Amino acid sequence: MLPPLAPRTYLSENAMGSTMVGEGSDLGPHALALAREFGGHKRKAGGMPVQWLEQTMFQLGLEVHRQPFARTLPFPDEAHERYLVRGTNVFGVLRAPRSASTEALLLLVPCSEGSKNNQAVGLLLALASYCRGQIYWAKDLIFLVTEHDLVGTQAWLEAYHDVNLTDISSGGLPGRAGAIQAALALELSTDVVTSMDVAVEGLNGQLPNLDLLNLFHSFCQKNGLLCTFQGKLPPPEGPSGPGYTQSLRTLGLMVLGQAGGGPGGAHGLFLRFRIEALTLRGINSFRQHKFDLGALGRTLEGMFRKLNNLLERLHQSYFLYLLPSLSRFVSIGSYAPALALLLLVLALRISWAENGEDGDGDPQPGESLPQTPRGFLYLVPPVLVSGAAGTALYLLPVRGQAVATQHFPVGEAEAVVLTLIGIYVAGMALPHSTHRALSGGGQRGWMSLKLVALLALALLLTCLALLNFSLGFLLGVTLVPPAAAVRPGGNRLPLAVLLVLTTPGVTLFLAVLVERELLEAPAGLGEAWQRYLGALGQGLLQEHLHGAHLSPLLALGAYPCWLLLWNVLFWK
Amino acid sequence: MITDVLTAVALYLAIQDFNKVVFKKQKLLIELDKYAPDVAELIQTPMEMHYIPLKVALFYLLNPYTVMSCVAKSTCAINNSVIAFFILATIKGSAFLSAVFLALATYQSLYPLTLFAPALLYLLQRQFIPIKLKSKSFWFYTMQYASLYLCSLVVIICLSFFLLNSWDFIPSVYGFILSVPDLTPNIGLFWYFFAEMFEHFSLFFVCVFQINVFFYTIPLAIKLKEHPMFFMFVQLAIISIFKSYPTLGDVALYMAFLPVWSHLYRFLRNIFILSCVLIFCSFLFPVLWHLWIYAGSANSNFYYAITLTFNIGQILLISDYFYAFLRREYYLTHGLHLTRQDGTEAMLVLK
Repeated sequence: MLPPLAPRTYLSENAMGSTMVGEGSDLGPHALALAREFGGHKRKAGGMPVQWLEQTMFQLGLEVHRQPFARTLPFPDEAHERYLVRGTNVFGVLRAPRSASTEALLLLVPCSEGSKNNQAVGLLLALASYCRGQIYWAKDLIFLVTEHDLVGTQAWLEAYHDVNLTDISSGGLPGRAGAIQAALALELSTDVVTSMDVAVEGLNGQLPNLDLLNLFHSFCQKNGLLCTFQGKLPPPEGPSGPGYTQSLRTLGLMVLGQAGGGPGGAHGLFLRFRIEALTLRGINSFRQHKFDLGALGRTLEGMFRKLNNLLERLHQSYFLYLLPSLSRFVSIGSYAPALALLLLVLALRISWAENGEDGDGDPQPGESLPQTPRGFLYLVPPVLVSGAAGTALYLLPVRGQAVATQHFPVGEAEAVVLTLIGIYVAGMALPHSTHRALSGGGQRGWMSLKLVALLALALLLTCLALLNFSLGFLLGVTLVPPAAAVRPGGNRLPLAVLLVLTTPGVTLFLAVLVERELLEAPAGLGEAWQRYLGALGQGLLQEHLHGAHLSPLLALGAYPCWLLLWNVLFWK
Repeated sequence: MITDVLTAVALYLAIQDFNKVVFKKQKLLIELDKYAPDVAELIQTPMEMHYIPLKVALFYLLNPYTVMSCVAKSTCAINNSVIAFFILATIKGSAFLSAVFLALATYQSLYPLTLFAPALLYLLQRQFIPIKLKSKSFWFYTMQYASLYLCSLVVIICLSFFLLNSWDFIPSVYGFILSVPDLTPNIGLFWYFFAEMFEHFSLFFVCVFQINVFFYTIPLAIKLKEHPMFFMFVQLAIISIFKSYPTLGDVALYMAFLPVWSHLYRFLRNIFILSCVLIFCSFLFPVLWHLWIYAGSANSNFYYAITLTFNIGQILLISDYFYAFLRREYYLTHGLHLTRQDGTEAMLVLK
């Protein structure tokens, strides 16, 4: 990336920058032994060995609590093969010897099926036992092992903060530590790693403070760990062609990941509770140079010790950024103008449409205007119908799954996705039916309808630009050109093709293709279609499980907007 | 919910009556040849006016702001319905009920005090008492109305005293409104300003800000003494913009009156831009609030910027209506086709 646009990252938080800590731990063998033991008990229990975990944590000297939870998904989750989720989270609190329990740091390991994440649990326990022996903790340390990945994490977070955002039913927490300042989620399934991958994107495109990422990066450099971002190696330094493409790919992946609005890891759910968090993933590839768990343990220990020094919440550095690599960032000041220019196009178009419609900005008393009936009744059917289509798209797939499975030979999850696509496509046939109902306003009619569509789009994009820049940008890039160009009459075919290509549904499909391409694992159309269906299902599920905004936004915001444009195109 | 419906009904009846009065007055003025000959298109026809009361009621009930304040169970709905009944009583010409409802509204939130002036002007107009400072009947009626108002206010306050057996409620109701101790962010202008200010200036600025609400009453009363209802509308808007703890319900109340002035549409200059500004602001409020309070990636300045824009939008909207109203009145008496001395068409400039 060009240096002026993407400056180097730097630690802004003084409390973490000036004090260097020496890490003394060597957790490797201990962690591996604990991981094996945990693996054995897990196999025996056929799930999370709650008893054993509690015992072990207790023996390490932690204050141990468990939290049972249950959640019935709105429809079966095919990707994870679950419907009725029931599980238990176990966590141990290490009370800070140097202060009252007002603040806390958290290390989280999701306990997954099979032998996944066994080493991570081992490392967690080993780290806990090491930290227990240290006297310098000023913040409580919480060591949390959750069951069922994100569902468990969500349940724990809601119980910890005593809120109920989703329909999860969980036992209350018997014990709490202070307000959580930062959290790290660890995923690790091998005894040795070649590199660490870090995930930043949280729910609804929220990002952790850049300082936390910088902290991780600086410790990786100190300990000689190789770290990747979005599964990409850092691009070679200096201006070079491959370096630029590498950065661009990384940036593209980050934009797509953020726009998707799903949590990029277990850390993603913490951001909503205003807890800065990262997910670290151990990767074991075919690289020669491998690291053992000791190096990883030292990195974690160092990060926690630095976070322990924090005097206030992480707030010094950027919250809104894009990363072309771990060592460089693009700040909001550099990328926001791009979307601002897109919005400017809409604003200009709106002002033209408005002038074209009213003609007289300042009605001179001298002109006796022909008194046209100033009714906007002809606008009501298209706007109402588009809104209704959006609402149907939002409500029906999940509400109507029982009906769909009764009448068609499909599973519930399939029914949901297929209803979704069905309603989406059916919406495109609406202009013909709405036009029958109205007498048509002629030239002025479509102009004012377009005005409404442009206003709605501008409103949507403005809000999105603030909430989730990447999503706003992707929607802006795809929707603004057709919105500016669309008009009825003449040759409709090219415009119709353009509109269909830019409809949010197709954009999502293209995004799936592009993402595979950026990951350098291009997918064929068939595979992309499968992934697309999966993404639709996951999108709906995430809304119900974690409160992701993407699917309601697309269904209630972008889709009706697009339908209005579609209506303009077929205006008679 | 019930109070909202009551408000809407009261507004409906009030505007229905008001329309009759406007129409009669217009007819009278036409018969008296007060209007210029070429203003036929400016005159309101019964056809146009027929649906206005219904529109007013619908504007109030279907306004998203009303719905939101209803869902939030804001006490603003009660205040609104008291004010609506006050307007109804005033238009019906019942000085006693009008004074009682005005006292109730004042008792609740103090600011409706300024509505005293338009109500008095309206009642005077209804009694055909000329508004002259020298005339005896003018002073007599004013004193009568004022004493009615003050008496009912005193009765209500004394009732509260007997209920509570202490005067504590005066500082905690009116003192709370006037000295603005609670700086919880809202859609108004006070909270940010006083949160940022040094303590020892705040008394002075509280006074300045509070005087701002009451300040416009007298000039407006002089300018709009022939049109007390429009005065009432402007005054309601001013209260809802400049009061210390404004809510969306206040905005909804004065917006309900917009259809009454729909005949001003052709004289409005920026109505499109202003309505866009207000709509955008209404959507950006929750977004920026989310960014500030929940996401933590923005700060209070962002949210305050949007309240500022929202209030500026409202102020411009009201001044736009005010200017349009004055222009229409001017054209009605001087004719639509103004010419300068040299024969070219003239433009009106507000000075």
